[in-house]
Amino acid sequence: MPMISTEALTKRYGSVTAVSELSVDVEPGVVGLIGANGAGKSTLIKMVLGLLPATSGRATVLGLDVATDGAAIRERVGYMPEHDCLPPDVSATELVVHMARMSGLPRAAARERTADTLRHVGLYEERYRSIGGYSTGMKQRVKLAQALVHDPQLVLLDEPTNGLDPAGRDDMLGLIRRIGTEFGISVLVASHLLGELERVCDHVVVIDAGQLLRSSSTADVTAASPLIAVEVTERTEDLAAALRQAGLGVATVGPLLEVDLRDDMTYDVVRDAVVRLGVGLVRMERRRHRMAEIFTTPTTPDGGQHVDAR
Amino acid sequence: MSTPAEPRAAAARPGAGVIHDLGYRHYDGVRLGRAAITRALFVESAKGAYGLGRSTRSKVMPLLLLAAISLPALIIAVVAAVTAADKLPTNYTAYALHLQLVVMVYVAGQAPAGVSRDLRFRVMSLYLSRPLERIDYVAAKYAALTAATFVLMALPLTILFVGALLAKLPVGEQVPDYLRSLGGAFLTALVLAGIGLVIAAVTPRRGLGVAAIIAVLAVLAGVQGAVQGIADHENQDTFAGYAGLFSPFTLVHGVQSSLLGAENELPAGPPGALGGVVFLAVVVGVVAACFGALLLRYRRVSI
Repeated sequence: MPMISTEALTKRYGSVTAVSELSVDVEPGVVGLIGANGAGKSTLIKMVLGLLPATSGRATVLGLDVATDGAAIRERVGYMPEHDCLPPDVSATELVVHMARMSGLPRAAARERTADTLRHVGLYEERYRSIGGYSTGMKQRVKLAQALVHDPQLVLLDEPTNGLDPAGRDDMLGLIRRIGTEFGISVLVASHLLGELERVCDHVVVIDAGQLLRSSSTADVTAASPLIAVEVTERTEDLAAALRQAGLGVATVGPLLEVDLRDDMTYDVVRDAVVRLGVGLVRMERRRHRMAEIFTTPTTPDGGQHVDAR
Repeated sequence: MSTPAEPRAAAARPGAGVIHDLGYRHYDGVRLGRAAITRALFVESAKGAYGLGRSTRSKVMPLLLLAAISLPALIIAVVAAVTAADKLPTNYTAYALHLQLVVMVYVAGQAPAGVSRDLRFRVMSLYLSRPLERIDYVAAKYAALTAATFVLMALPLTILFVGALLAKLPVGEQVPDYLRSLGGAFLTALVLAGIGLVIAAVTPRRGLGVAAIIAVLAVLAGVQGAVQGIADHENQDTFAGYAGLFSPFTLVHGVQSSLLGAENELPAGPPGALGGVVFLAVVVGVVAACFGALLLRYRRVSI
């Protein structure tokens, strides 16, 4: 069963369409929700929590309808907001115990789960001090702890690495990975930063202007792809034609040619073609696709472009 | 769309982690429903209004005010008991009227403490992403401040009552007036908590909220006193009676004296049976309006 499933989900604010005809299934695991600021990530999260009625279309979370079962969804889902949401005058323990009780845990269970959860996110002695004196990294951990304290089946993390320094960012990403693997809790992590998500996510959903750009597994996107990049000093177009004639798939990417790598003979074919043209070979290298290319290559929603061809 | 789904059992992998890391444990216990969560929020908020479970600093003001409002009652009770008086020097139903300033200061302090913080620091996001609905939050906060304010007024009344019993005053005469005053204290708490919370919810800065609530309640009391005094002086009896509608304390006192049979301590009480009904209707109307305004305010709060 998909964790989240939407069908033609649409949200309009007056004339502005925040989410447009979005149909996507989010499977269990760590899933990245990527989009620029204003792409509709937060709107989607609010609808998934059952806090914002859709203009049209429908969505289910853990098999529950967001339009009718909002409370039941929020009992089983955790949410970490992007913005500050912590009162400065209480300790992390006090806040998280309170939030555990607000999720329906009895007092004793709330205390026990709070102690466990704060330890798991890496807050120790400082959990008894007022939150007002915490660093950004510690505050992010408290925000994460309150989203996990009731042992949800799914957590929604909105830009969890915002404001963190590189070391704090690494810690947070490691923690997110552990939530998905060790804790066995599915994660939907929204971010506008591609690079960090490819390290922790099993799957990425990319939205832009409220529309699904693509949805595919991280392995598909970032695996070493069977391509070689070739750069020559001149007559790039002639080389491309020659290689096509030899039966190879060729795409022009800026000054580079991307040639489908069939087997080791492909390198020889390229070398021979370059020699025949009498031009200089600047580089010829095996290429790995990175998720950043999702935004730079023309795409179709189902990922039929050459990035996926393997 | 194939994702390596991690089975939940993976968390129980033995031998992983260091010696004091027990690994992640899932929660299989009970999950309480909306009603129980609302009740938990009510209890914590009501205790919080006396600083219980909060820092020492937030206990100081409520407990000082509780002492301030109880001290006169304690003195009266002790004097009555020692001198074996045949009558308490004050009516139960008049006590809150005489010490209304203390109650005002209490509500002005605690209404912002209860709601402004959650709005200003956007803690509402954390509440709204939980099973609780907005109306549950509003109801719990309203009930909590009402209960806390009621306790503030009921404690001195109870001290007076105990004093009367120790002075061996006839129980049959004391009980009805004591119960009437508790009813009045409850209505006063409802009205004051409503007004206080509405003002606090639209002024997220706590200091501003405190000042605004004091100002509004003081102005209402001042207007009421002045209008009633002038009308009474001009022998406009009906008008003077209805002037009691202006301030929460005189409003409830009017209900007490005309409908509950308490003695009227003001220059003019609600005129006739109609007056009593009007006063009660205004109490109900103010409470309903405050609750409705709070709901509207919180509907605008997003996560």
